Amino acid sequence: MSTRDTRPGSTGGADVPGPLYGGPDDDYTPEQLAAMSREDLDRLGAHYDGVEILHVDPGPAPGSTMEKRAVRQVGLVFALAGVFAFLFVVVYVGSGWFLPDWHWQITENGWSALFTPLLGLTMGLAMGLVGIGLVLFTKKLLPHETAVQDKHDGSHFDRVTAGATLVGGFHNSGLARRKLITRSLGFMAAGLGLMLIMPLGGLIKNPNKGNPLGTTEWAKGVRLVRNDGTPIRPGDQQPGSLETVFPAVPGGNRQADAATMLIRLRPEQVESLTPRQGQADFAFGEYVAYSKICTHAGCPVSLYEQETSRILCPCHQSQFDVTQGAKPVFGPATRPLPQLPLELDDEGYFVASSDYIEAVGPTYWNRERI
Amino acid sequence: MAARTATAPGTPTTKLGKTAYELDDRIIVAPWLRRTLNKVYPDHWSFLLGEIALYSFIILLLSGTYLTFFFDASMREVVYNGSYAPLRGVEMSAAYDSALALSFDVRGGLFMRQLHHWAALLFVASIVVHLLRIFFTGAFRRPRETNWIIGVVMLVLALLMGVTGYSLPDDLLSGTGLRIISAILLSVPVIGTWAHFAVFNGDFVGEQIIGRFYIVHVLLIPAILLALIGLHLLILVKQKHTQFPGAGRTEHNVVGNRLFPTFAAKATGLVFVVFGVCALLGGLVQINPIWLWGPYNPAQVSSASQPDWYIGFLDGSTRLFPPWDINLPGDYTIPALFWPTVVIAGAMFTVLALYPIIERKLTGDTASHHLLQRPRDVPVRTSLGAMALAFYVWLWMSGGNDVIADKFDISLNAMTWVGRIGIVVVPPVVYLLTYRICLGLQQHDREVLEHGIETGVIRRLPSGEFIEVHQPLGPVDSHGHGTLAYGGAPVPKRMNHIGGARRAIRGFFKPVEEPSQVEIEQRGEGRGLAPGESDRELTSSGRPVDGGRPQEPRD
Repeated sequence: MSTRDTRPGSTGGADVPGPLYGGPDDDYTPEQLAAMSREDLDRLGAHYDGVEILHVDPGPAPGSTMEKRAVRQVGLVFALAGVFAFLFVVVYVGSGWFLPDWHWQITENGWSALFTPLLGLTMGLAMGLVGIGLVLFTKKLLPHETAVQDKHDGSHFDRVTAGATLVGGFHNSGLARRKLITRSLGFMAAGLGLMLIMPLGGLIKNPNKGNPLGTTEWAKGVRLVRNDGTPIRPGDQQPGSLETVFPAVPGGNRQADAATMLIRLRPEQVESLTPRQGQADFAFGEYVAYSKICTHAGCPVSLYEQETSRILCPCHQSQFDVTQGAKPVFGPATRPLPQLPLELDDEGYFVASSDYIEAVGPTYWNRERI
Repeated sequence: MAARTATAPGTPTTKLGKTAYELDDRIIVAPWLRRTLNKVYPDHWSFLLGEIALYSFIILLLSGTYLTFFFDASMREVVYNGSYAPLRGVEMSAAYDSALALSFDVRGGLFMRQLHHWAALLFVASIVVHLLRIFFTGAFRRPRETNWIIGVVMLVLALLMGVTGYSLPDDLLSGTGLRIISAILLSVPVIGTWAHFAVFNGDFVGEQIIGRFYIVHVLLIPAILLALIGLHLLILVKQKHTQFPGAGRTEHNVVGNRLFPTFAAKATGLVFVVFGVCALLGGLVQINPIWLWGPYNPAQVSSASQPDWYIGFLDGSTRLFPPWDINLPGDYTIPALFWPTVVIAGAMFTVLALYPIIERKLTGDTASHHLLQRPRDVPVRTSLGAMALAFYVWLWMSGGNDVIADKFDISLNAMTWVGRIGIVVVPPVVYLLTYRICLGLQQHDREVLEHGIETGVIRRLPSGEFIEVHQPLGPVDSHGHGTLAYGGAPVPKRMNHIGGARRAIRGFFKPVEEPSQVEIEQRGEGRGLAPGESDRELTSSGRPVDGGRPQEPRD
């Protein structure tokens, strides 16, 4: 046994607690504290926390009419909360057992239509009444005290000593002198940071590859079909009417950018028809087809007012004139709705003579370039 | 028993006390616990607004967790075969199918869904009102700028929570919202299409977006929000509350109730009341009946499609903004949609977040403030706030201009022009009006301090002139003018505010307290700082010492 550990612990030395915090434990012996009343102890503790009780308005005197009344009120409110809580349980559990079924049928206006409202009513009243009871209790039965607590500003001593420890530790590390370490640390941090965000690259997809934003399922010879898949012949529609059509491809009616409006113009509309430049042959007789996807924010433009030849988008109220190549005439949209070139196939059904010649839907940065 | 008291005197004898001692032996919580229980909270109703936001967030966590047990965030196509007859046989996404099942085939599921939605609306609303309170009373000033910025970040996150949340059911309305989000992403210059393809994994709508929004909605943002709430509260506790000026209240103290029991009981009460209100709304007031909208179909939309209220201002700005695409050389375009969505929202929240720094720069006031200001005393800030609020509310109303046009039989285009002109004209007008109102209120305070309260007593002077007798609030000088200075606190304006009438005896059918008791209590209140008095404190404590008798103005 050549060395002997003299520190406190398993091998030797006296194991005594360090000095007490000082302060209150030195100032007040247990005997002194035992001699103090609970109220004094409360105030003493508060004093150490920088709190002074300025003023106490005692609650109602024990046994007074005020107290009895307040106790009755609070008790009643809590009891009612319990009643409603149990009612919730009864409605929840009992429906479909000893109460009628809770499954709602659209034809029914009985218990199942009341099920959700009853759940809300009972739970809402139960919870709300607990809250009201607590507030009543505080206001009517608790003593009202006014306390004031000191706000401490920062201590100069603390700042200086904490700063010394911090700077001292940094100084001991010698990083200010050992430049190689700081430089390699910086290099390492940059590399690590980049490395850790790299996997986000999995999210990146090239939006310009294959021009997905500029093309739809429409192509030469693709039939115009209704939502139920039936093709359309000239004469199926009344003059002045609008029908939403889709490309006759699998899932065509769920495509986000293929929905198209086939409009049969009235004779006077045909007279004032002024197609966009180079699109004069896109219409077929009195039939015109425009993309249904708004060029503003992509909502389906839906509301057609045939008296004014206007189509309104219900999202932001852009309006397009179908006799002027669906050019925007009011609202925030900047571009006309793209027009689908129409022709008839051998069987006399409407088909597209090509895809839209421009991107449908909202404008984007390089839309004009593709 | 006394024979074996080797323990120190005063050690507990009750079971509860012994347990507490055992606990403190192990983890030493007593000092922390006492400090916490003794912490003083100022008592003012407007300090509860932030708490309402906190409690609605807790409700959102609870109800939201419940909803995840049943919701399937998948865009897989299924055919509906649940209890809602009108949709049976309809193709829809699994997300919409499970949201319908939650509404019709889970016991109490519809209630939970609606509770969640209502709590979300309340969450954002209480954050906004809390923010307004902080703004108009100057509570954001040094040293609380950090907490202001954290608050603004949480507001933005709350909006994102809302957007990602209401997009999840994949009904027609939420799909329309997604379509507009897609268009907004596309409208960003240079990176728009790349950002869109990163978020949607391709062209709109793809098969990923619901799943991605779901994880953002239930994990990512809630986790960040929780951390920020923790930080917000930690800083709040560390810095202590602000308080309104009043008797005995200084920059160096907090006057109010200790946490235990008064404040704790009130706060717990508020938790239950907020929960109760959400539950009542969730059960009784229908919200977002997704089964009426049907599954999302890019070719369909219903009229008056509107987002939840907190996104309404962006819908409004989008409706009002003129069709101004900017075409750049090289055939590049900055879409018009970019400005009223990304730019306006970005600018609004940036200015909001930086406002404490802007005000500090403009006023040169770099001192620490713990006493709040009355809005009237800071007319420029108050008017700026009112102006910003008018801007916001005008946009918000314009977000429903089609509904207004429909219900009031006004031309829709006229409503758009009203919105466009109003957004330029209304905020400055509101600024000027607010400024005048602030000055008027300030002057009235000064007038009452100088001349006293109008008593309503008319006296005829020997000369035949009629005068109204005024009650001075404090000592008067040789001209009969009050000498009290304005202290930033409400000035009593009526005789009843200064105890001109005794308060009513309590009791509904018959008195439940002795009139003499009330008299004694009233005399006690004269010392100031009595509860209930805080909102009508004078500039010095309590009732005037002299000048207590009605006086005639002599000058």
